[in-house]
Amino acid sequence: MCATCGCSPHATAAPHTHPHADHPAVEAAHAHSHADHHHDHAHASRLIRLEHEVLARNDALAAANRRRLAERGVVAVNVLASPGAGKTTLLEQTIRALSAEMPLVVIEGDQATEFDADRVRAAGARAVQVITGAGCHLDAAMVARALDELDPPAGALVLIENVGNLVCPALFDLGEVAKVVVASVPEGEDKPLKYPHAFRAADLVVLNKIDLAPHVAFAHERWLAAARTAHPGVDVLSLSATRGDGLGAWYAWLRSRRAAVEAPTA
Amino acid sequence: MHELALAQEIVDVVGERSGGAPVTRVVLEVGKLAAVSADALRFCFDLAAEDTVARGARLEIVETPGLARCRACRADVMLEQPYGRCACGASDLQWLSGDSLRILEMEVA
Repeated sequence: MCATCGCSPHATAAPHTHPHADHPAVEAAHAHSHADHHHDHAHASRLIRLEHEVLARNDALAAANRRRLAERGVVAVNVLASPGAGKTTLLEQTIRALSAEMPLVVIEGDQATEFDADRVRAAGARAVQVITGAGCHLDAAMVARALDELDPPAGALVLIENVGNLVCPALFDLGEVAKVVVASVPEGEDKPLKYPHAFRAADLVVLNKIDLAPHVAFAHERWLAAARTAHPGVDVLSLSATRGDGLGAWYAWLRSRRAAVEAPTA
Repeated sequence: MHELALAQEIVDVVGERSGGAPVTRVVLEVGKLAAVSADALRFCFDLAAEDTVARGARLEIVETPGLARCRACRADVMLEQPYGRCACGASDLQWLSGDSLRILEMEVA
């Protein structure tokens, strides 16, 4: 809409009479100079209403992933964390502990290298490494392609390790049944409030590296208060992926998410 | 820098909808709680629009305020960040607005 006169410059816009200088936006868009042509001032520019959600296409692809997984009774969990929080170590432990009781496959997201896919393969799971290049997060299209390649069997658990980043991955639905944010003790107590979107999006927050608490200044109650401010009522598990403390509760949580998805009928 | 991915998506959408006509202006609604930096988005939009019909288009960003309702006392709470506390002390807030990320309209030449 023209801010001067309120006209809507549709293709058939009625000629109007105020001076051209009143239309700086439209004027700026003209590639030719004003003196180049004679006109009655019927702007050729058109205003097109879009009302288009920027994330609509990703969300639609994510919904398709979710349907496709649900049809096969497959449960996908999207794991978000900053770099170095211990996501891959947690996945390695999980693969070793649960592979005997359920099919478990992994989608690894990183900007570069296959290091993490190699680690989880060594732990015993099939894995696809998605290399995002400049991309700072996984999106639903990348996960769809990775699922094509992995073809997880019915009843499988798909662990998706997002790119190490507590900002961008929070916006992109992948088709998971749950998002898990892994925080770690050395990051400090304030991170839930510094990266509130990720914590708000989380269905579960895991506090990793609790074995390091005696060695770093970390006030657990302050961290918990920050996490619960960013996401009131969010479930929290404390564990040490390397030493093993608290892993039983993590496995129980994964089992319960998997049990909550109806087994495929076919 | 998810703003680059978002900017590319915006450029793709307006390009498809313009039917090949040059896009001169894009109006975007960005909520205050949407986890998007308007400055970064502008910068990325100009980059993403290079070599497309949206090259040189002006990106206008309409910011919507963060508004939530307290689940404890039902009072409205304005939010400057994606968490907060109601005057009653509760922090369990239902977001009413401020998380939108939407292309409202565009102008084509």
